[in-house]
Amino acid sequence: MRPFLSIRNLSVALKNGGLILRNVSLDVAVGKVHGLVGESGAGKSMIGKSVLGTLPRALQITGGEIWLDGVDLLSIPPAQRRKRIGATAALIPQDPLTALNPTRRIGPQITRRLVDILGWTKADAQARALELLEEVQIADPARVMRNYPHELSGGMRQRILIASAFAAKPKLIIADEPTTALDVTVQKQILRLIADMQARHGSALLFVTHDLGVVSKVCDALSVLYAGKVVEDAQMRRFFCRPVHPYSRALLAATPTYTNPTGSLMPVPQSVIDAVEREVVQHDRRWRA
Amino acid sequence: MRDARGNRRQPIGLRLWLSGGWLLILACAAIFAPLIAPQDPLAQDLFSGRLPPFWESGTEPGFWLGTDSLGRDVLSRMLYGARLALIVALVAGTLTCIIGASLGLIAGYYRGWPDRIISRFVDIWMAFPPVLFAILLIAVIGTGLTSIILAIVIIDWTRFARVIRAEAMGQGAMDYVASAQVAGRTRFGTMLTEILPNVLPTIVALLTLEMGIAVIVEAILSFVNLSISTDAPTWGGMISEGRTSVHQAWWVLVFPLITLFLTVLSFSQLGEGLKDRFDPVLR
Repeated sequence: MRPFLSIRNLSVALKNGGLILRNVSLDVAVGKVHGLVGESGAGKSMIGKSVLGTLPRALQITGGEIWLDGVDLLSIPPAQRRKRIGATAALIPQDPLTALNPTRRIGPQITRRLVDILGWTKADAQARALELLEEVQIADPARVMRNYPHELSGGMRQRILIASAFAAKPKLIIADEPTTALDVTVQKQILRLIADMQARHGSALLFVTHDLGVVSKVCDALSVLYAGKVVEDAQMRRFFCRPVHPYSRALLAATPTYTNPTGSLMPVPQSVIDAVEREVVQHDRRWRA
Repeated sequence: MRDARGNRRQPIGLRLWLSGGWLLILACAAIFAPLIAPQDPLAQDLFSGRLPPFWESGTEPGFWLGTDSLGRDVLSRMLYGARLALIVALVAGTLTCIIGASLGLIAGYYRGWPDRIISRFVDIWMAFPPVLFAILLIAVIGTGLTSIILAIVIIDWTRFARVIRAEAMGQGAMDYVASAQVAGRTRFGTMLTEILPNVLPTIVALLTLEMGIAVIVEAILSFVNLSISTDAPTWGGMISEGRTSVHQAWWVLVFPLITLFLTVLSFSQLGEGLKDRFDPVLR
């Protein structure tokens, strides 16, 4: 099947020339969940932001292609790009506390999207929003619609964000560490909720996280990122049985187990990090040449 | 306290009561000045100069707060002065707010070259000593109500631009702005619907503060005789006249001074109170 989102050789750099993403390529097929793992600062979120066109101002895309539903986003004018992204993709953000506008009630924040993108009437959008809130298991959705964000808990807000991400029936969802800012107990519910919603709506999902445990639960395939470079791209089962890249192996080894939590908690060995750094440097040299 | 819909209802604080009350009294005084003023504020009577306020000996009926050295009634002049002070506060404050806040919003949200231009402009602007700048400006464009308002706007828009720019920058980095952009909203639309409501409490607080400042600037300008005309009843003018005869007639200086002080204080307290009340997060 042709992938719905296909990133080819994407490079992103700081305005001063420092590379953030190095020739990143990955594919996400319709109905599949693709994990994106790496340590903090590896550039995981920047991939999602490149696709959605919300890169910070200091960064710019220096090369590559982003194919979304058969169109290269980087080759069409910005206004058109924004429209296409709005119609086909949505974001589940990292921090539910800052992702809702504090001055507006929940209801309009969800329905706005439906009115804007799908051209629905207010009443239809209202009904659909109620349905969506019920779908993400919010009790008393009619009341929640009238609430302001600060009146709700973090978990509630993340549910609302999930509902509003799925609202306009996007074919691609980018989840940017959706569980990081939440309590461990809530994390699990939210994770299950995202997986359920994805399965029900059949969207493609790009799941950014630093948690291999989370990846193993929800993803079909994954890319491991180090210093803006994809070091391994694998199907889920293959990755957990036979990781190829030494860095992936070290990452897996660093995951604590239930039976021996302290003994199994191993840092990534320095030799592996050195090896990856060498790879990155080599890549940069080739890139400049 | 929660009402039936589960919304917290806050009692109007003492701060809002006092500051709002004082400003309301002032507004009434300004509007009804011709009706309640016991004397003509411009009428001079050299035979009844420097009459003391009513509780001291040697007063004349009808001159409640005494008269100045030219025999003009202090109370009446203060009432008429409230008109000028409030007009300046409202018009100059609002204009300053609109101009400064719009520029600040654009600079803080759009960044890039609009920000660079506006910010450099603000930097240069703020390097001028403000009062001197105002005096120079009035000297060039002439005295009068419009000139005063213009001078205040031209001097003070930078205050808004600076603060609102910083605030807009902070809000612009929030995820909900990114979400709005992902949803295909235009940048201008995002600025109006997402950023503006969130900086509004700050704008309101600054606006009331600015109104207080406008009153002070007007007083300063009258103090150096660059306000409307030397004859017109303004608080600043009264203070500057009272200064020369403070040993013989303290009341000419003290009453307008107290009124000015209370008014400026009320404006700033009103702003704080409103901010607390209308900020959805604090509410």
